[in-house]
Amino acid sequence: MSDTANEVMRLEALRKSYNVGLANEIEVLHGIDLSIGRTDFAALIGPSGSGKSTLLNLIGLLDKPSSGELYLLGQATHGMDDAGRTALRGNSIGFVFQFHHLIQAFTAIENVLMPLMLAQGKPDKSAVQRARDLLAEVGLEKLADSKPNQLSGGQQQRVAIARALVTEPALLLADEPTGNLDTQTASEVFELFRRFNRERGCAVLLVTHDPRLSATCDRTIDLVDGRIVSDVVHGKAKLA
Amino acid sequence: MHVLRTLWIEWQLAIGFLREGRVQSLMIMVGVAVGVAVIVFIAALIQGLQDNIIERTLGTQAHIRLLAQDEVNVVLPSALGTVQLVQEDKRAQRLRSINNWQQISATLDQLPGLMAVSPVVSGPAFARRGEALESVALMGIDVGRYLNVIPLGDYIVNGHLRVGAGDALIGRLLADDLGVRVGSKLRLETGQQNNTVVNIAGIFELGVRELDSRYVYLDLKQAQSLLDLPGGVTVIDLTITDIFAANAIAAQVERLTSLNAESWIETNAQLMNALSAQSLSTNMIIVFVAISVAFGIASVLSVSVVQRTREIGILRATGATRQQVLRVFLIQGAVFSLLGSVFGIVASYVLVWGFNTYGPGLFYIPVSPILVVLAILLATMTGVLAAAVPARRAASLDPVVAIRYV
Repeated sequence: MSDTANEVMRLEALRKSYNVGLANEIEVLHGIDLSIGRTDFAALIGPSGSGKSTLLNLIGLLDKPSSGELYLLGQATHGMDDAGRTALRGNSIGFVFQFHHLIQAFTAIENVLMPLMLAQGKPDKSAVQRARDLLAEVGLEKLADSKPNQLSGGQQQRVAIARALVTEPALLLADEPTGNLDTQTASEVFELFRRFNRERGCAVLLVTHDPRLSATCDRTIDLVDGRIVSDVVHGKAKLA
Repeated sequence: MHVLRTLWIEWQLAIGFLREGRVQSLMIMVGVAVGVAVIVFIAALIQGLQDNIIERTLGTQAHIRLLAQDEVNVVLPSALGTVQLVQEDKRAQRLRSINNWQQISATLDQLPGLMAVSPVVSGPAFARRGEALESVALMGIDVGRYLNVIPLGDYIVNGHLRVGAGDALIGRLLADDLGVRVGSKLRLETGQQNNTVVNIAGIFELGVRELDSRYVYLDLKQAQSLLDLPGGVTVIDLTITDIFAANAIAAQVERLTSLNAESWIETNAQLMNALSAQSLSTNMIIVFVAISVAFGIASVLSVSVVQRTREIGILRATGATRQQVLRVFLIQGAVFSLLGSVFGIVASYVLVWGFNTYGPGLFYIPVSPILVVLAILLATMTGVLAAAVPARRAASLDPVVAIRYV
C-alpha cells in the first residue's frame, strides 16, 4: 500500500477459471498477487500452459478475472463495463503480440496511429508527427507508407512496438514478442524495449520462453501451474 | 461533432477492409446492382404500363359522369291500419334533361379539384344514307368544354374538328358502314319526327369499336332540338385533377347536386382490380429481390467477419470499443448497397432506354427520380439491416479468442 504511487499495476488474489459451472471447469490461475512498478522491466517466464498469456490478457483488460482485483494506475477495474475497460486499456496499456498482428489493409504509419484514431478520430498533425518519430526510433522512417505485407517479420514487429507506444502507455505488455524472429532480429527488438523502458519510463512486462532474454531483464517472474513460484529482482529473491 | 469524429475511423476501417477484399466486395456489389436494376426496371415497367392503360381508358371517357336520378313510381302511403299490396312495374326511363343544369354547371365550375365541366345532351337516333340505316348515339356538345374532357382533336383522322351549323363528326366505322366521307351528307332521324340532314365535317377514331361505330357529335343546340329536349342536357361530364380521387369527388358532387355521379373507377372496376393485382405482384417481386440481396450481403459479411477475426481482436486490443467494431461492419453493409444500387440505377436506365428504343414500342417507360431515390434508400437500409447480424457477431467476439484465432 505504501508504494502505490510507484505502482503501475497491482494484482490481489487474482483467479481465473474456464468453463465455469460446467463439468470440465478448470482454474488456470490460483490467486496471483503481483505488483509492477512504474519503471520495471520484467520478464514473465514459465513452461507452456502455466497461464502466462492468460495472466497477460487479464492485466491488459482483454479478459476478466473470475475473482480477485486488478488495480491499474490505482484504479480498481473489477466493476468496470466494457466501454470503461476499453478506454482504460487504450490510455494506459500498449500491446505487442507474437505474430505482430498489423491490420493488413493499412500502411505502417496508419497502423501506428490506429490506437489514437480509434480513440480520437482523424489524427492531427502532432499525432502524425509522433507516429513518424516513433517509426524513426524503431528505424523504419523510410517504410512509413509501406503495407505490412511489404515488410519483413522484424520490421512488422517494430511497427507493432511503435503502435503499442503511440499512446504513451504506462505499461507495455508483450506476449512472446520475439517468438518467431531470428536471434539477430530478436535481440534488436529486445533492445528497443530496453530503450523505451529507459528513455520513456514505461513499465514493460514481457512473456518469453527465451532464457537469454529473461536473464537480461531487471526482474524475472516465474509462473508454474498458475502460481508464481519465484520473483527475482536484480538476482535477489523478492517472493518465493 | 463527436459522433463525426469517431465515425471517421470506422469509415476508414470499413473502406480499408472493402478495398482489401476487392473481389468479394465487387461480387456482392454486382449482386446488389442486379437486384436494384431488376427492382427499378420492373417498377418502372409496371408504372409505365399502368399509366398507359389508364391513359387509354380515360382517353375516351370522362372521369366522372353526372346523370339525372332514375324516375321511380310514386306510391301513396297506405292509410293507417290498412295493408296495401302493390304490384309495381319499374318505370320506363324516358330521355329527360337534368333539372337546373345551368346552375349546377356554374356551381361545379367553382369547385376545386375539377378541371372541366362539360354538359352533354345524348340520345338515340338513326343515321340513314340511301337504303342503309344505322342506329347511332347523338352527342350534343359544347366543343370548347368537351375538349377538356376528351381531346377529340387528337382522334380526328379525316376532315376537321367542327360541329355546329349543320356540321357533324362521325366515327370511322360508322363512316365505313354507310360509305360516307368528309363532305358527304347524312340524314339523322330521331323518334320525335325531327329529322335533319348534316354535313360530315370530320371522321374520328377513338379506338373503341362501340364508340367508333355509334357516336355522332353535333352542336349542343342542334342535338337538343333533334332529341326534343330544348335547352336540356342529359349528362354532365367532369374532368378532375387527381384521377385516383375520383370516388371521393364523385361522392362529394353527388351530395352537392343530388344527381347520380359515376366515377371512372366504379365503371372500370374490373380494370382497377387487374391493376391492383399487378401492383401487388410487383411489390412481391420487389420484396423477394430485396430479401435475396439482403441474404447475399449478410453472407458475404459473415465470411468477412470470420476472415478478419484476428484483426478484429487486434483492433479491440488497441482500443476499439464493441460499438466501433459494430459500426465498421454496418458501414460496410451500407457502402456495399449504396454503391451497388448506384450501379444498379445506371443499369436500369440502360434497360429502360433499351426498352423504350428497341422494345415493342407499345408504351413508354418513364423512370421517376422518386423511384430512383426510393430504390437507393431501400437498398441502403436493406444493406445496413443485413449487416446487423454479422456486425453483432464481430462486436461480440472475445478479443482474447479473436487474437489467438488462426
